[in-house]
Amino acid sequence: MAIELIKERYSNAINVMEIGRPACLDGNILQSGRPACLDGNILQSGRPDANAIRVGGETTLPFLFGEGGMPNAPVAALEILDCEPTDWPDILREPFGDAIKDPVRWARAAVEKFGSKILSVRLQSVHPDYGNRHPEESVSVLKAIAKEVKVPLIVIGCGDDDKDNELLPKASQALKGENCLFGIATQENYKTLTATCLADGHSIISESPIDVNIAKQVNILISDMGFDPKRIVMHTTMTALGYGMEYVYSIMERSRLAAFTGDKMLSMPFILFVGAETWKVKEAKDAGSRQGVNWEIATSVAMLQAGADILVVRHPDSAKAITAYIKNMMKEEVS
Amino acid sequence: MIVIGELINGMYKDVARAVANRETDIIQHLALEQVKEGASILDVNIGPYSKDPAREIRWLVETIQAVVEVPLSLDSTKADVIEEGLKIAKKRAVINSTSADAEKMDIIFSLAKKYNAQVIALTMDRSGVPNNREKRLELAQVIVAKAIEYGINTEDLYLDPVLLPLNVAQAQGIEVLESIRDFRLLCNPAPQTVFGLSNLSQGTHKSRSLINRTFLVMAVASGLTSVILDPLDKNLMDALITAELLLNKNIYCDSFLDAYRKK
Repeated sequence: MAIELIKERYSNAINVMEIGRPACLDGNILQSGRPACLDGNILQSGRPDANAIRVGGETTLPFLFGEGGMPNAPVAALEILDCEPTDWPDILREPFGDAIKDPVRWARAAVEKFGSKILSVRLQSVHPDYGNRHPEESVSVLKAIAKEVKVPLIVIGCGDDDKDNELLPKASQALKGENCLFGIATQENYKTLTATCLADGHSIISESPIDVNIAKQVNILISDMGFDPKRIVMHTTMTALGYGMEYVYSIMERSRLAAFTGDKMLSMPFILFVGAETWKVKEAKDAGSRQGVNWEIATSVAMLQAGADILVVRHPDSAKAITAYIKNMMKEEVS
Repeated sequence: MIVIGELINGMYKDVARAVANRETDIIQHLALEQVKEGASILDVNIGPYSKDPAREIRWLVETIQAVVEVPLSLDSTKADVIEEGLKIAKKRAVINSTSADAEKMDIIFSLAKKYNAQVIALTMDRSGVPNNREKRLELAQVIVAKAIEYGINTEDLYLDPVLLPLNVAQAQGIEVLESIRDFRLLCNPAPQTVFGLSNLSQGTHKSRSLINRTFLVMAVASGLTSVILDPLDKNLMDALITAELLLNKNIYCDSFLDAYRKK
């Protein structure tokens, strides 16, 4: 006798989010109060410089198309810094050649040569241990990058709370109306970034230390400030392959299952900074071969299976392999 | 937990007066407040003193539906009054209620079938409310069998073991809790279980809210799936949310009360 598989049906979907300049007036965008397309002419003709991508909208655990849908494929974003990286291994620098010394050329290479559909810019140079540059200098680099490339931007602070609270409002204002994704808000430091994203029309990344309870709490704190929960992307924090990645998987899965059964404070898309985590570990960084790239790909694939919507990676070959993997998995017959 | 807000009831003097004088704002305010505080269904009862019940239930349903989108629980002893409400209900309604008497069930289940409504069924009959769980279960079985006969899905049936006032029938509390467990095992899919919570503390002069919320927590732990209550009693709603959290039905966070209300 044939065994009939039990299929889950969920009542709630993950939020759909657009990052970048939207092409037309859309229900989601309208609700979030962005004036992007409210101009009559633009509404009718569409926005000529539109570059938005969409993520989220899942009604199933990853790639289980028999149980639900994934209307928007996950995306891989390449990550660049706002300065020449001083601690990246050669294998990460090689693909970009000399361009890695100039963030604007680096950005162009990431987008034009390596086809990144969305670009993540980490404003690392402002960090006290990484150049300690003045925020204004970093923002002018960011503006030059935004002018140079036409893809949507993810903008990440340097990681030092005090510096970021000075830097990110300036960066946010410089890109006002571009509908970027800004990070990172944490339980201890979310107010400045939330207020500035609210004012300038950006979406926000909420971070928690691999803890589903705190993930939910940060989302509530941000939305309590009047920020639309549909404009939050969650970063549950992660580790690379070999460093407890399984635990990250279980937290993401638990979060997703709660979201599917109606928890609106966990119904956000996931972003994973796979590159930043992978290239920290010795097996990737010090192997001196392709092992680092493979490490980044393997980690990414596991995160896709955990529910990742945006993967931020550093090596172009990783981005390419991950994009091919996503394309393959999105063929519904695979399920 | 399906929370059915009980405040739009003609038994309350202000509601009866508002209905008689067609005071739209009073009714709409009650509807909005209850939904805001967590009601997912609103009970609508014109009360026993209505002069023109058919017209008044229509007015009430229209007045409520103008401001909220939740389903309504049409609460009357008269089937024709319920049907007036069913005719104009925008969302799938709940009929409140039938007893386990065959002739009553025939009328109510026919209406439920005709209007695709859900039904609250009290495990009591002409001889009154049972004083033990065995008799309640027996009547519940009769109700489930009848509902299936009418083609009603068992998950659309809310079985009410009938909660009696504490100061009248103190021994019945535990029987009701046991009945909630029993009812869930009657059929698959399991029926909903429900009771009118405020009845428990009717006539007690002190600590009504405390009595209500303590019993509700016990009932949630026994598997209660739905309850008719006053959603504006904040302590009561907080206890309900916390009880569900402790049963691992929602993910904890420091602001869990706030999180639940954002749902």
